[in-house]
Amino acid sequence: MIPAQRIRADTRYVIQLPEPDDFGFWRERARALVQCDVPPDRIAWVEPGGSGDLFGRGDLRVPSPPADAPQIRVSRRFLQLAKNAALHSDPERFALLYRLLWRHQANGRVMEDKADNDVRRLEDLDRSVRRDSHKMHAFVRFRVVEDEGVEGSGDEHYVAWFEPDHHIVRANAGFFVRRFANMKWSILTPRLSLHWDGETMREGPAAERGDAPSGDPAEDLWRKYYASIFNPARLKVGAMLKEMPRKYWKNMPEAALIPELVAGAQQRESTMVDAGTLEFEERPETLAAIDKAIHACRKCPIGELDNHAVMGEGPQDAALMIVGEQPGDQEDQSGRPFIGPAGQLLDVHLERAGIDRGKAYVTNTVKHFKYVQRGKRRLHQSPNAKEIDTCRWWVESERAIVQPKLLLAMGASAARGMLGKTVSITKARGTPQMLEDGSELWITAHPSYLLRLDGEAREKQERLFDADLAAVAQRLAEMADS
Amino acid sequence: MAQLSVIERLEILADAAKYDASCASSGTAKKNSIGGKGIGSTEGMGICHAYAPDGRCISLLKILLTNHCIFDCHYCINRKSSNVRRAKFTPQEVADLTISFYRRNYIEGLFLSSGIVKSSDHTMEQMIETARILREEYDFRGYIHLKTIPEADPQLTYRAGLYADRVSINVELPTDAGLTRLAPDKNSRQIEGAMGGVKDSIVEAKDARKRFRHAPRFAPAGQSTQMIVGADAASDADIVGKASRLYDSFGLRRVYYSAFSPIPDASAVLPLKRPPLIREHRLYQSDWLMRFYGYKPSEVMQATGDDGNLPLDIDPKLAWALKFRESFPLDVNRASREMLLRVPGLGVRAVNQIIAARRHRTLRLDDVGKLTVSVTKVRPFIITADWRPTTLTDRADLRSLLAPKQEQLELFAA
Repeated sequence: MIPAQRIRADTRYVIQLPEPDDFGFWRERARALVQCDVPPDRIAWVEPGGSGDLFGRGDLRVPSPPADAPQIRVSRRFLQLAKNAALHSDPERFALLYRLLWRHQANGRVMEDKADNDVRRLEDLDRSVRRDSHKMHAFVRFRVVEDEGVEGSGDEHYVAWFEPDHHIVRANAGFFVRRFANMKWSILTPRLSLHWDGETMREGPAAERGDAPSGDPAEDLWRKYYASIFNPARLKVGAMLKEMPRKYWKNMPEAALIPELVAGAQQRESTMVDAGTLEFEERPETLAAIDKAIHACRKCPIGELDNHAVMGEGPQDAALMIVGEQPGDQEDQSGRPFIGPAGQLLDVHLERAGIDRGKAYVTNTVKHFKYVQRGKRRLHQSPNAKEIDTCRWWVESERAIVQPKLLLAMGASAARGMLGKTVSITKARGTPQMLEDGSELWITAHPSYLLRLDGEAREKQERLFDADLAAVAQRLAEMADS
Repeated sequence: MAQLSVIERLEILADAAKYDASCASSGTAKKNSIGGKGIGSTEGMGICHAYAPDGRCISLLKILLTNHCIFDCHYCINRKSSNVRRAKFTPQEVADLTISFYRRNYIEGLFLSSGIVKSSDHTMEQMIETARILREEYDFRGYIHLKTIPEADPQLTYRAGLYADRVSINVELPTDAGLTRLAPDKNSRQIEGAMGGVKDSIVEAKDARKRFRHAPRFAPAGQSTQMIVGADAASDADIVGKASRLYDSFGLRRVYYSAFSPIPDASAVLPLKRPPLIREHRLYQSDWLMRFYGYKPSEVMQATGDDGNLPLDIDPKLAWALKFRESFPLDVNRASREMLLRVPGLGVRAVNQIIAARRHRTLRLDDVGKLTVSVTKVRPFIITADWRPTTLTDRADLRSLLAPKQEQLELFAA
């Protein structure tokens, strides 16, 4: 070193760093330079491989400070940030650090001025290095080297390939050691490689992607997990890209699925939208037109099954409209409503209540038979809320033509078909509700419900059913009188 | 029925778990695997190992032990009466899967939840067994989150907390009426009782560790809960009120909101429409206001409209500021920290920086611009050395000036 006495005011210094992330080296040199009062614009900091010789030629030797040189002033905050910012790939970083260190000597609180450009730049550098380190913790993906020990035996070797933006690899070795202390692993990067054997850390030369294994047996499971945990109803590609930019994708096994998942979700969304926006044409004006139209209706999945639409039947000027859930197996085959077991039971009870079925218009909320095939049998399935709401269009069209004074809805599906909301039969039965068009709606159980019961429960329900029908009969008589 | 393979079951049980909002792995005690015989570390900050295309972070292996369930909660895809495919894992299989993923640095740990099989106690024991295998047999020192079952024996919940970093119990719905209607097998008294028990154990364990260095840790990352938004008629004001009561009485770390999304094979009791996703976002924003910005719950409620809901087009902080314009503009060179935090567009970080910087210089609008994201949004509410909003703060159309521009909808969009 040159004794400080011989420093000339116009000497320029070129400091060559041995490693791009050697903060300790910079600190030693910077301290001496500040103590020798060398202003920032007379120093060039050159990292290995960098073409930093801005001055053409400069003094490569650092002056040694005089014995009575003042103590260096530096804030704790600066040291914290500087250590991290020194790892940034910006070639100007060491000059920035020196400039701020220099400014500390005049103003020890320079770091507190958050609106200062140098301070902000330092904070930016620190932030991007922290982000890069954080992404390294997150996105390093180990792959087991096959033929080197069985998984779980402790002998197997895990290798990752990672491409960081900044010089962060060495500084983050500790994180992986603490996390995978009892595992043999290597992290390969384009600048250097780290090898941990369970006890000691060894540094190796720069590596290439091809040096790491190209696959891992657990990746199929991981990809399946990634695809399943994703909720296609809430696609937010922007939010994903913000945190997981494309540059990381090539080294993450799950990222290959992203385009497919995004495309699939959009497709799913659009089929949901298609299913949601039903476009019916104008209401048919005759029952015959409805009959024709429902046979072609494919607005819900029930229409796609192997079945036939079943139209309501009865006089067009009926005062009473009886609405069931949907056609059953026999109704589907014959094309007429309420002729199967439930229909026969209904007939018995109607007769008991003194209601002439021939004078009523009998129909269903859902026009097609929904079933699942079990061997040769077709088992009845209840329509879901969406399907009922879709099919309301048809039963409403029938109501508009027949204009019954009184509607009897049997079962929860029929009630939903009339009201558009699900009601409890137990609570709703017995008292009529006024519908928008002025007709009266009575709700009761579906006869097929009675068929499923036996013993006391059936007797009780049959009594309730009879009572409902009797009330309807009485009300019809009142309406006819007035 | 033929036994499904691990990958098929993973598909079913991860799919079933995606309605749980939380995937946090932060805020727990520091641990590492040095000196142990296994792997795993937690260093305070959570790590998101991947992001799904729904923008959500994947930090934990989030699965159900089983999606068989004896309960019939209408909003839940796994309810008894639903037709979903069912599957189950054994505790050993889940532990192996966790370790296998962790070794490859895919995850921070495990978030285990479960449908209820046989009984609440039996299910809870299976979940605890999974955590026990991980902690004791594999000496796993990563993160474990157990979703405990409020109906289970308190002793079991206590054991879960000894293995887990975080335990959570879902309150499910913001109102008791909603719970009775949509989750007939659940009971809010029981849920809150269990949360109270967990809180007591956390406080006790913390206290014990102050006096005895080796006292066992109990759920060092605390407890959290989740509420479903939009499945019942509760307004945002109800939800905010409920959340703040929960924070106060049970010392929760987080209340998560999950916008009810129409699930396949939905029960007919549920609304067919889903609430706008933005509503969930606004609730989180109000949560932040209470936790980091010093707003009282009653003040957040002041930002709600006549129907008790937060406006969807602007954030709750802006809504509050527009309602209480008399508090603005504030002089950034003089105003207190508490008041600066109420300026729309200034976050906690920006406020801290303003306070640090104003000791060194008198701030001008330009300086504030360097410290914030958008100076346009802040401008009507602040005074700087060279800026005074004059009439801007009082303009009747201020709201429309600041609200994000609505996207023009396509006339012929599908």
